[in-house]
Amino acid sequence: MTAASEQSGAEVLLRALKDQGVEVIFGYPGGAVLPIYDGLFHQNAIRHVLVRHEQGAVHAAEGYARSTGRVGVVLVTSGPGATNAVTGLVDALMDSIPIVCLTGQVPTHLIGNDAFQEADTTGITRPATKHNYLVKRPGDLARAVHEAFIVARSGRPGPVVIDLPKDIMIGKAPYSGPPENGHPSYRPRTEPDPAAIGRAVDLLKGARRPIIYTGGGVINSGEEAAALLRTLVRLTGFPCTSTLMGLGAIPASDPRFLGMLGMHGTYEANLAMHGCDVMLAIGARFDDRVTGRLDAFSPGSRKIHADIDPSSVNKNVPVEVPILGDAGRVLARLIEAYEADPRSPDRAALAEWWREIDGWRARESLSFAQDLAPGAVIKPQHAIRRLFEATRGVGKDVFVTTEVGQHQMWAAQHFGFEEPRHWMTSGGLGTMGYGLPAAIGVQVAHPDGLVIDIAGEASILMNIQEMSTVAQYRLPVKVFILNNQYMGMVRQWQELLHGGRYAESYMAALPDFVKLAESFHATGLRAESVEQLDEVIRAMLATEGPVIADIAVDPKENCFPMIPSGAAHNDMILSAATEDRAAGITDPGLVLV
Amino acid sequence: MAGDAGLRFATISVLVENEPGILARVVGLFSGRGYNIDSLTVAPVDEAARSSRINIVTSGTEMVIEQIKAQLGRLVPVYRVADLSREGPHIAREMALIKVAGTGEKRAEALRIAEAFRARVVDATTESFIFELTGGTEKLDAFLALMRPLGLAEVSRTGIAAIARGTRTI
Repeated sequence: MTAASEQSGAEVLLRALKDQGVEVIFGYPGGAVLPIYDGLFHQNAIRHVLVRHEQGAVHAAEGYARSTGRVGVVLVTSGPGATNAVTGLVDALMDSIPIVCLTGQVPTHLIGNDAFQEADTTGITRPATKHNYLVKRPGDLARAVHEAFIVARSGRPGPVVIDLPKDIMIGKAPYSGPPENGHPSYRPRTEPDPAAIGRAVDLLKGARRPIIYTGGGVINSGEEAAALLRTLVRLTGFPCTSTLMGLGAIPASDPRFLGMLGMHGTYEANLAMHGCDVMLAIGARFDDRVTGRLDAFSPGSRKIHADIDPSSVNKNVPVEVPILGDAGRVLARLIEAYEADPRSPDRAALAEWWREIDGWRARESLSFAQDLAPGAVIKPQHAIRRLFEATRGVGKDVFVTTEVGQHQMWAAQHFGFEEPRHWMTSGGLGTMGYGLPAAIGVQVAHPDGLVIDIAGEASILMNIQEMSTVAQYRLPVKVFILNNQYMGMVRQWQELLHGGRYAESYMAALPDFVKLAESFHATGLRAESVEQLDEVIRAMLATEGPVIADIAVDPKENCFPMIPSGAAHNDMILSAATEDRAAGITDPGLVLV
Repeated sequence: MAGDAGLRFATISVLVENEPGILARVVGLFSGRGYNIDSLTVAPVDEAARSSRINIVTSGTEMVIEQIKAQLGRLVPVYRVADLSREGPHIAREMALIKVAGTGEKRAEALRIAEAFRARVVDATTESFIFELTGGTEKLDAFLALMRPLGLAEVSRTGIAAIARGTRTI
């Protein structure tokens, strides 16, 4: 800790950000943060990206954080600036994304007086953040900023809010550098217990029908963890499945990868989860989209669960071997212990298990029927497949973000992710409007990357104002809209569960997306039928600047396979032909979301 | 044990950094996740270390109690969570101020019972007593039940303070 001559609070704040390695801030100015903006004006080390809505700022910071592994930084004003950021904060909390969000606040002497643009930001964001701070004394400022970064990026990452009263930013404050330790009571455990590793290897060596089930924790841990996961899968020969959040940790093209599991996961992934005898879960949290009906979830298996968050273990599913620690460290210790263990696994049983899995694979649960005759309607799955194939030869790093709904699930199913940190989607909170601002954050972090927001026409309108940000910074983001003229997932559930009564799910009065793109100084393209699709994709990828590609797709297409709400993994609907089984959904299933 | 369906009571002590909002954080965790709070006390215990102790009596299934402990443990300002009802024998005490209003035989009977319970008289008028009584929750409940027909007028209880027996510390 070094004391230095006193500067203004805003200068201390910016110096602390710089010492934390911050290069870019996503924000929106307002009265309470004017001293900070004035500070930004006087320096060149930190770049500011002006969004058009504070929710967009947080999602952009999430895209930046998820594609780089660094902390994303947000700056918003008091009152509505802070409340507009709340959705993004909860999104980051649910998906464990490291964010530091700086919020302006009215001066300390006005706090509690219902002053103009005052909101109880720490009160409102307490359940929306991993931790938050209200800096009421100049002497606490530098420490709070450094601590916030440590809290945001360590342990299970998450968003941290620092509420900054205007008088603290204007008045003098002392500076101190990054401390050795962060918050005195905050010591997350990252190194696993060797005894737990030993018990896990016992189970793995004795497994006859094993499965490895991984999640966002492997991505969050870093590239090293994904590399170790690949090593473990190669070493054991075990099948591996992933949550929505974990895609890319193991290459989609790896023959041992069974695809995504859960509500819209593959038949083979879900049946392997259901039928396994030993489950190794790493950095995944057994959420309801993954488990389906809890009392029927993987009934015959003994479970190993490695997670950095003790509250994720035994929350939904009781496990035999809990391992607390960072996914990368756990994987490293597991590999060491597995290799050092002299027992040989039951190769014959594993081969038999793979034969069973191959039988499920042969059902081709992601298949769809695309009529290729000119004039035929485009199937959304086909559009994503063609997009995926077209991006493989572009010679650029390809990043995909999504909005939320059917298009998101089809993207997860049909776009193959080979590397971690290339797939950004709102998993836990399911925030429509996530994809475009997230793509902005990704593109800012990777100026030479190809960044595509796979969107629906409903979701994209939730943060469409960010096209203005795209224009201002000349970000070559590609927005690929699967336009079915419905809130597709709502429509699908209404069809399956509510007798086809499509209450308010039809997107009447849609804009002309080509003209909309042009009004934001971007290129607009449209594909009406199947023979136009490849040309639109080619033109989109060949365009240097931002593009909105409006792809008219089959409005009635449903997303399959599907585990209906309240059903078990072995009770999937595979295709429209078997849809009538949804009629058997019970009342307890109907209340689930 | 609370009896039905595998529910149990748990007395949980939480040692926290004494910073603004910590109580709201703990209470918000309970309300936000639908856990019960039967009683909650909080006070600073070490001014130098800026730590406070929160004692919570809650109830739930074993899995829920374990979740409560894990959720408390991951709050940034929390140093330690101790499930006193599981980690060995412990002592739990609370204090109550109990106002009993009445005259004649009922007033005399209230005073006799108070002596039997070793409750202290901390205020008296010709028509009322205020008793101070310290003890386990059951003792206080029993005393209040006896006072009810004798003119029980008002009760103020602290909620429990709890600590492990022997040399064990949080």
